[in-house]
Amino acid sequence: MMNWDPLFITLKLAVVTTAILLVISIPMAYWLVNTKSRSKPFIETLISMPLVLPPTVLGFYFLVAFSPGNAFGNWINEWLGLKLVFSFGGLVLASIIYSLPFMVHPIQSGLSILPHSLTEASQVMGKSKWTTLFKVLLPNCKTSLLTGIVLAFAHTVGEFGVVLMIGGSIPGKTKVASIAIYDEVEAMNYGAANFYATVLFIITFCVLLMVYLINGGYLKRFWK
Amino acid sequence: MIKIDIHKKLSAYDGTMNLYIQCQIEKGEFVTLYGESGAGKTSTLRILAGLLKPDKGEITLDNTSWVDTKNKIFLAPQNRNIGYVFQDYALFPNMTVLQNLEFASKKGQDKKVISDLIEMMELGDLHNRKPQTLSGGQQQRVALARALVCKPDILLLDEPLAALDYKIRLKLQDYITRIHNEYGLTTLLVSHDIGEIMKLSDRVFVLEHGKISRKGIPNEIFSNKKISGKFKFIGEVLKIEPQDVVIVVSVLIQNNVVKVIADKSEVQSLNIGDKVMVASKAFNPILYKIE
Repeated sequence: MMNWDPLFITLKLAVVTTAILLVISIPMAYWLVNTKSRSKPFIETLISMPLVLPPTVLGFYFLVAFSPGNAFGNWINEWLGLKLVFSFGGLVLASIIYSLPFMVHPIQSGLSILPHSLTEASQVMGKSKWTTLFKVLLPNCKTSLLTGIVLAFAHTVGEFGVVLMIGGSIPGKTKVASIAIYDEVEAMNYGAANFYATVLFIITFCVLLMVYLINGGYLKRFWK
Repeated sequence: MIKIDIHKKLSAYDGTMNLYIQCQIEKGEFVTLYGESGAGKTSTLRILAGLLKPDKGEITLDNTSWVDTKNKIFLAPQNRNIGYVFQDYALFPNMTVLQNLEFASKKGQDKKVISDLIEMMELGDLHNRKPQTLSGGQQQRVALARALVCKPDILLLDEPLAALDYKIRLKLQDYITRIHNEYGLTTLLVSHDIGEIMKLSDRVFVLEHGKISRKGIPNEIFSNKKISGKFKFIGEVLKIEPQDVVIVVSVLIQNNVVKVIADKSEVQSLNIGDKVMVASKAFNPILYKIE
């Protein structure tokens, strides 16, 4: 009997992370496109860091920062009642940061290629920034939004280093599929490893294929 | 009446340019800003719309202050009642023609304006289409209609017809005249096309290097001589070819090339690319039936 828990945890993590990322990335991308602030390059660098930083570095600092053994981790634990180390909440937070560039970058580039006159036309009509963003700008970069959602989802499914460091590998709680594969291989259970690996392979293939089909216009009739 | 007295330092491709605009536009007037590229025409329009902040100065509409840098007043574009037609039309691709117009209406505004405009601009057959499926001229009509939904105090047109071919341009000029008169609009147009300016505007402001160098009615501005010609056409010099005794000047008038014979003294001040007026006294007009 296969243990489906790691797969469920992976999916749950990916869905929650993607949903939260979508909500926070839209204002972030909008700010990056419109700001003239000198801090922009620094913020952009920070957002892009997870692309190049080894996941273990991120995981390590999370572990240190949120450990109840130090002041900050202790404060979060006592005041917010959040235990972020070796918990699902911690996994979500780490995943959000780890997948942030995969959501922000597509939305940012989608917004930045829209002609500026669209925003100005909407302003002249008396519409607020938010109305302009949600009624005019975002509906005109649907494909970028979709790319962001799918990449963030797929990237979260494929996480290993960060979730291992901050989540540990607690069965039924923080053991995601990618870690389960590693564990099964270590225990010489190649059958079980193969099962998880195949499922992940199929999920990521389908998800990415969907992006290319939709953005390539093959499914235009269904996406209008 | 709109009073404008503003200054702004603009960064141009060859350094900075100081834009000083002082003028008045009466209610119901049709005024054109004419000048070379980079003279500050579009910037003037953008400052009026509130899309660009002037460094110094005042803009007042009747008794309302839109801009007053001394008293730190700057009305956001949202709070000025303006119709703006952009060079690229700026129609929202995610909305149909009708939705584009509806988006432009204010909360609680009577929807009758929209149906009136659709009828007037002859958009009835197109109202369910998305902008990208329309031709340039159709898009322009939608953009014009959309700019009028809010019943603007001033209509700003930024070279609205530049991208269209000649025939459609003529037709749209008629639409512009019609809406200007019917809605009693105050209109400020940016245009390069002298023929268009002659046809549409009451007054012309000529902009040179950020300053209004001349103001006046189009006829005065564009022809230095008083000619009592019966036929007058505005064109551009394409070629100047000396031939035996005379010189043949090829002039592009609208979309036809016309050859005009001139003598040496007349040609002296002419260069290729100059705008000229071709006039003829009507002692020997010949009529050809063309249709």
